[in-house]
Amino acid sequence: MSVVKALFRRELRSYFATPVAYVFIVIFLVLMGAFTFYLGGFYERGQADLRAFFNFHPWLYLFLVPAIAMRLWAEERKSGTIELLMTLPISPWQAVLGKYLAAWAFAAIALLLTFPIWLTVNYLGDPDNGAILAAYVGSLLMAGGFLAIGSCISAFTKNQVIAFVITVVVCFGFLLAGFSLVLDLFSAWAPQALLDGVASLSFLTHFNDISKGVIDLRDLVYFALVIGTFLYANTIVLGWKQAD
Amino acid sequence: MLEVDGLSKNYGRHTVVNDLHFRCDAGEVLGFLGPNGAGKSTTMKMLTGFVAPSAGTASVCGHDVRSETLAAQRRIGYLPEGAPSYAEMTPAQFLEFIADVRGLSGAERRARLDEVIDRLHLEPVLGQSIDTLSKGFKRRVGLAQAILHDPDVLILDEPTDGLDPNQKHEVRELIRSMSAEKLIVISTHILEEVEAVCSRAIIIADGRILVDDSPANLAQLGGGRLDLTFRRVTLGGEPPAAEPTA
Repeated sequence: MSVVKALFRRELRSYFATPVAYVFIVIFLVLMGAFTFYLGGFYERGQADLRAFFNFHPWLYLFLVPAIAMRLWAEERKSGTIELLMTLPISPWQAVLGKYLAAWAFAAIALLLTFPIWLTVNYLGDPDNGAILAAYVGSLLMAGGFLAIGSCISAFTKNQVIAFVITVVVCFGFLLAGFSLVLDLFSAWAPQALLDGVASLSFLTHFNDISKGVIDLRDLVYFALVIGTFLYANTIVLGWKQAD
Repeated sequence: MLEVDGLSKNYGRHTVVNDLHFRCDAGEVLGFLGPNGAGKSTTMKMLTGFVAPSAGTASVCGHDVRSETLAAQRRIGYLPEGAPSYAEMTPAQFLEFIADVRGLSGAERRARLDEVIDRLHLEPVLGQSIDTLSKGFKRRVGLAQAILHDPDVLILDEPTDGLDPNQKHEVRELIRSMSAEKLIVISTHILEEVEAVCSRAIIIADGRILVDDSPANLAQLGGGRLDLTFRRVTLGGEPPAAEPTA
């Protein structure tokens, strides 16, 4: 476990050693604010809740989380440090987990820095803080799901742009799996059971459930499964094409 | 200590390393010689567990690199070609990270860090990020990383490539000073390096071992000159007539 910890610390520190972390956090916070107040009509709604804020998380994550994830493995390949990393006594799952957790912690830091919106809504009214906490948990889980997908895809290539674009497309598919845009691809030929299966994969549905303030075990299991599956796939991809 | 048994690697139909066999022990400095693309780096990547062999295997201190990869990796210090390291870190942070991963702790950790920093003269650049360092310092950071845990087996892929003559001299001194108790494998295409530090040389081309002998004996094959031997065995045929040395 200390190996995972060492990797985690190195990785998290590296975000803040370069402008990446600061640029990301500033853009994230500015966009969150702009979406909440202008598109979401935070004031106009006249309600003491954060729906206007959380409604835009899936869409912001769709572009911002792949931007964190794209460098995870592609950069190691590009700079050749993957050879250093994988010849240290580190097993693939330790490497995947250490790097993933650091990226997730970084996303969590960015998310926590949105706390002024929570202060604002508490100053203006009397919101259901339990529901807000649940929505924060849901948002973090969704970011974790996107990150796991991005980490896995990043392991395929040394090109960060390719990793980014493909991750956005795959995440978009997961986000809208319950909607006709995706379902129509299957409805013509797939049996209803498969159709229901695909529909149940939707990030958006699960996130919306949680952000209403109800943390259902099924939603938690869903995100845990997505994260676990993609991280497992990530270790397999590494094993396959470690040296390419 | 290092046993290589039928090690082979092919990518599709292209064979890069073809059925290598050799063994060596502590106290030896084995020079891996060969033209570019001969399979030197690929062999080293297989010995260190980075590339999976297509056939055959190798064992390091009794640990098979395929089935006991982590145990073998614990006994190896490895400098990959080009000495890759994390550009945004400082040498101090980088070496501390390696120490953590290698499981060094407490007084031993401090002592090992101090020793490698001293040995490779890294003191003046410890707080500077690695991407701002000169090539010579980057290489030394890579070497420091490789010897940090005082490994039994040291595998160095072109350790002096791109260094100036003084730096080359220093790296060779370092290799010589560690050669008594360790097994050191270096790859190079600099022939004088082989004569300077190696106790044994293996010349490979097209993934095969062509000769395996002491540098002195090899030089005799070329009438006293290692470069003539090298050309003769890697190009095939008779040695070219001795040219006057420049």
